[in-house]
Amino acid sequence: MITFLELLVNGISIGAVYALIALGFVVIFKATEVVNFAHASLLLAGGYLVARLQPLTGFWAALVIGVAAAAVVGAAIEFLIIRRANVASHSVLAIVTIGVDIVLTTELTRQIGTEILALGDPWGDSVVHLGEVTVAETRIVALFTAAALITLFLLAFKYTGWGIAMRATAEDSETAALMGIRLGRVSLSAWAVAGALAAVAAVFLCVFPTPGLDRGTSLAAIKAFPAAILGGLDSTTGALVGGLIVGVTEALMTGYQNQLAFLGRGIGDVAPFLVMVVILLLRPAGLFGIRETARV
Amino acid sequence: MAATAPPPGDAGLEVSDLAVSYGPVRALRGVSLRVTPGSIVAVLGANGAGKTTLLRAISGTLRFHRGAVGGGVVTWAGTRLTGLPAPSVVARGVTQVPEGRRVFARMTVEENLRAGALGARGGSKGAAQAREQVLELFPVLGERAHQRAGLLSGGEQQMLAIGRALMARPSMLLLDEPTLGLAPLMAARIAETVKEINARGTSVLLIEQNVALAMSLASHAYVLEVGEVVLDGPSADLAAGDEVRRLYLGIAEAAGPAAAGERAAGRRTLSRWSA
Repeated sequence: MITFLELLVNGISIGAVYALIALGFVVIFKATEVVNFAHASLLLAGGYLVARLQPLTGFWAALVIGVAAAAVVGAAIEFLIIRRANVASHSVLAIVTIGVDIVLTTELTRQIGTEILALGDPWGDSVVHLGEVTVAETRIVALFTAAALITLFLLAFKYTGWGIAMRATAEDSETAALMGIRLGRVSLSAWAVAGALAAVAAVFLCVFPTPGLDRGTSLAAIKAFPAAILGGLDSTTGALVGGLIVGVTEALMTGYQNQLAFLGRGIGDVAPFLVMVVILLLRPAGLFGIRETARV
Repeated sequence: MAATAPPPGDAGLEVSDLAVSYGPVRALRGVSLRVTPGSIVAVLGANGAGKTTLLRAISGTLRFHRGAVGGGVVTWAGTRLTGLPAPSVVARGVTQVPEGRRVFARMTVEENLRAGALGARGGSKGAAQAREQVLELFPVLGERAHQRAGLLSGGEQQMLAIGRALMARPSMLLLDEPTLGLAPLMAARIAETVKEINARGTSVLLIEQNVALAMSLASHAYVLEVGEVVLDGPSADLAAGDEVRRLYLGIAEAAGPAAAGERAAGRRTLSRWSA
């Protein structure tokens, strides 16, 4: 039971981080109908900048600069590539993002080499005891930070002019343009927000108990894809629920993998994708998605 | 260029010799029309005559349909609209209510109105004023402020679509088939509202299938057929002959070639029609 609770808390925490990544993914899809396969590299870029800057500036300044820089990288991808790609369909743009991902990831991997970069975060490896349940402090911080950012995002999405422009564009971009909404700005801001969220997520993917940022970090980010897809690519709620489902599934499957040995080792890494496949078989648009999957 | 070039400093909407094509398909050819400030002008024509294309060319949304202006120019209050993206057209005071209402169904009525104000000039004070006027015109939108727009009736959605466009405080309103699919009573109400909006100083370019209604609203009307203006004049004159009805419904015998022939000889005169 204690193991279960520990796994559950860890799962929810990592799930909240996946939700941050998935949220960025969904925001881009809603605003531009582009499936952004470059998201993992965006995340790696954010994490890399924080890791490289923190010996010079300290963790907090590095975090702020890294998040801002990731937002700029996201915006730059939109402004320099997506906006200028004169292509007929959104699926072609999705393939363009695969190209961007390869270029960015290759370069960052080369920079990182075989190093494991410490994030220099203030939480280190301290743990918190809640009764008999022991949880790493980083997991608690991750959970609360993610929850706070998600709340902030959802409030902005619901109440600000930016949120209304975003939702109007997602629903009907031509009519949004007729209302005077500048689609380019909406798209640019979506990419910037996605980049910033990814950078925060990167930090929490690399802190304890993970040894640090290495070239495999972007692989961890890929688990946010099933989170976004099983929730429904066009649903912010879906991203949150999907993130939690993926996080908890992964944590439980990894935690109980000795009992699940008949499924083979490393089932925890595969589990998110299995869940995604099962959910898509039952609901092709994802749990909360409303668009037909043919559109993707 | 059309012979009807506006005198310098002239206000109003002026479409001169406009040609539009969607790839190889030519949708408009040599279309010229004008809306003098403060008036209501109607554009009539059968489906596929190019009415919606004309509005798209004015509002800058052709690019959403892979269409492009091949020639001619649209000016508003002396400034050129041709080539501007839709938000810049809105910013200059020309707002379109799209065909089929196209309200943001997943957003509330209130949010739809806010969306309408996003491209407006005049800041939050202007938006508050506009909102007040819209709710005065359509009290039902105030009652339903927190309902999802998708749950409104067709007539209410049309009111919302018009109200949303008015949030941008346009001086020129483009209406694409505002009574389409509405019950006669509701259509009459929308017509009343259009008259009211116009009385408050907004010029209106109205596309309508309902000729009687359009003629009762507009001071001047144009008839489009296969992408060309085949007839225009004061609506009272046009309404006098029922030929206009036959022509725009496309049941007049050999209307196409005849129209082309007569174009060469200059536009049909109204005297022929009222005779």
